[in-house]
Amino acid sequence: MNAQNVDAPSAYFLAEVSNEIETHTLSLLVDNEPGVLARVIGLFSGRGYNIDSLTVSETEHERHLSRITIVTTGTPMIIEQIRHQLDRLVPVHRVTDLTVRAKRANQDKPLERELALIKVAGDGDKRLEALRLGDAFRATVIDATTEHFVFEITGRTSKIEQFIAIMKPLGLVEVSRTGVAAVQRGPEGL
Amino acid sequence: MTREMTGAEMVIQALKDQGVDTIFGYPGGAVLPIYDEIIQQEGLEHILVRHEQGAGHAAEGYARSTGKPGVALVTSGPGATNMVTALTDAMLDSIPLVCISGQVPTHLIGNDAFQECDTVGITRPCTKHNWLVRNVDDLPRVLHEAFYVATSGRPGPVVVDIPKDVQFATGTYQGPTPNPAAAHKSYRPQLKGDAASIRQAAEMMAAAKKPVLYTGGGVINSGTQACQLLRELVSLTGFPITSTLMGLGAYPASGDNWLGMLGMHGTFEANMAMHDCDLMVCIGARFDDRITGRTDAFSPNSRKIHIDIDPSSINKTINVDLPIIGDVGHVLEDLVRIWRSSSMKADEKAMKAWWQQVDAWRARNSLAYKPNNDVIMPQYAIQRLYELTKHRKTFISTEVGQHQMWAAQFYGFEEPNHWLTSGGLGTMGYGLPAAIGAQVAHRDALCVDIAGDASILMNIQEMSTAVQFGLPVKVFILNNQYMGMVRQWQQLLHGNRLSHSYTDSLPDFVKLAEAYGGVGIRVEKPGDLDGAIEEMVSVDKPVLFDCRVANLANCFPMIPSGKAHNEMLLPDEANDEAVANAISAEGKSLV
Repeated sequence: MNAQNVDAPSAYFLAEVSNEIETHTLSLLVDNEPGVLARVIGLFSGRGYNIDSLTVSETEHERHLSRITIVTTGTPMIIEQIRHQLDRLVPVHRVTDLTVRAKRANQDKPLERELALIKVAGDGDKRLEALRLGDAFRATVIDATTEHFVFEITGRTSKIEQFIAIMKPLGLVEVSRTGVAAVQRGPEGL
Repeated sequence: MTREMTGAEMVIQALKDQGVDTIFGYPGGAVLPIYDEIIQQEGLEHILVRHEQGAGHAAEGYARSTGKPGVALVTSGPGATNMVTALTDAMLDSIPLVCISGQVPTHLIGNDAFQECDTVGITRPCTKHNWLVRNVDDLPRVLHEAFYVATSGRPGPVVVDIPKDVQFATGTYQGPTPNPAAAHKSYRPQLKGDAASIRQAAEMMAAAKKPVLYTGGGVINSGTQACQLLRELVSLTGFPITSTLMGLGAYPASGDNWLGMLGMHGTFEANMAMHDCDLMVCIGARFDDRITGRTDAFSPNSRKIHIDIDPSSINKTINVDLPIIGDVGHVLEDLVRIWRSSSMKADEKAMKAWWQQVDAWRARNSLAYKPNNDVIMPQYAIQRLYELTKHRKTFISTEVGQHQMWAAQFYGFEEPNHWLTSGGLGTMGYGLPAAIGAQVAHRDALCVDIAGDASILMNIQEMSTAVQFGLPVKVFILNNQYMGMVRQWQQLLHGNRLSHSYTDSLPDFVKLAEAYGGVGIRVEKPGDLDGAIEEMVSVDKPVLFDCRVANLANCFPMIPSGKAHNEMLLPDEANDEAVANAISAEGKSLV
């Protein structure tokens, strides 16, 4: 939009365009049918959009609806495009930008959680330190031998990133993460 | 109506229940059960093409010229992959197309069976939606849903992939639901525009000093009613109107307010009006890169209203001030009603000054070319074709290239649905099958494919289809022996090094026509042109018309790549030096 149009007298006129890259969390309700995930992913790769994280699972069994949570980055214009392009897919029932919703409700972010399984192997002080830090991060040990631990940790992406970084010098072997699941704060649903 | 029948019978029944009278197809192993039903019924005519791509484009031509969905039937594997170009073409131009493809039996899917391919996987990005039907009980519902999805909202192509065992299986057929939009669980496009926004649009239009209407294929897709409303809006407001390639005919080319087509090869007045306007009303168009030129210099001083049925078209490339989501017909109906009921008027004084400016641009005569008494100029050939066919019911299709742009510039379209061209995808080989599709739907009409010598060879085999079904399509070839548009770009971008854009061994088109059982006509002198065109029109057979034109003519005016609307290259300024320097280093990387 052109600069001189910003003050145009209408409620429908857009806010000033920003070209800053933002991270948004989108929530999709889709028919759980063959190919639906391929449609969503194909749209992202075909149009050159980013996927930072993606989770999917059937959430309403009787209606065969799945919920897909996608974390993506782009300018506000691109993210708006992504939302509309997703909405255009026939098996997509609803697309909600949870980040926009949170901002509208004067919240910092939607509720976002990730689960990770983190395997750490080592002995001596390193092993003790890993266990102590696991405790500090409220990670649970779900498998262990005298040589290793597997931690289960839940939290925001930043917390998990931090925990993984800390475990690196302590004998990190491998990591498996679920990706972000998200809902809006407050009593309303999608 | 419910009744027990096989999957193959269901296909035929569903097509008939959807009002289909013609399908374009090509048989093969995985669709034999459906073909066995086709031969045992009446009421559904099957046109046998010579290549599946031809079936797709013929169905597109049928759809474009009738406003109804086109239907194609192909076999598995290569049958389906040959359809991909036509599906993509229909996707980009928003043409309703229902393609039914055979698939290997369900127990062989995933086995790399003979003529197996992942049809739904391959066609997923080039269809609006597609289905693999693994159970015959789902087939009737999916077939009816396919027609609903293809024709509602922003139209587009769909594929229904049916394994051979499902075609043989027996199940219960159900007819279409009376209100598919209400019945559909997720796809319900918004048709009515927001009333407050439409009022806002009317007020902006009334206040505008330098307005322009920029219309596109969405008006034609919305239907003849929408085109009528558009004409009414123009006469109520007195605004100048231009259109994209896809929207030609929605407003008559003979209309007083017509500026001609806009965009890369649009007229000077259309592009200058777009650049200098203070209000742009975009109706059913999508700010394609061939329209906008350089986006950061696109119409810098205007407010923009965008009416579109597809929310993803809004703010995709150009930010607009007032988006209105809805069907063009519905929105225009409300807009015209508000304009009338509130006795709104355009700013008369400002409009007078604006039209003076527009007329000054018009006087630049940007479509001018140097006439020639010895050689047929391609523009002249189109002009004569127009003059000699304009009083008939004529449908014009095109291939892709210079001839397509000249056709758009010099053939005047008075009505919607009479112009069939591949705009978005730019598919060479589109025109002949599209003309066949239009001729099937309009047996008494004159259907002309304006072609180039290179494009026509891409689907020339469809001459055989035209002859078999007695479809007297006329292929008007502007034969300059070059891929003219490629050559023009090589001249503009690559130091006139004409790499592989000259066709050394063109066939003798007259003999070729005769070989197919059609009629060939060759004309080389401007003086013989009229007589030859009249002969072509009067022949009741398919014709290949070999019109030998000036070899090195360029298509002007032109917005060179990377330039803005007000930086057009006009024909009288396009000397060798200007042409050589028209495109900057930055623009050279653009398409």
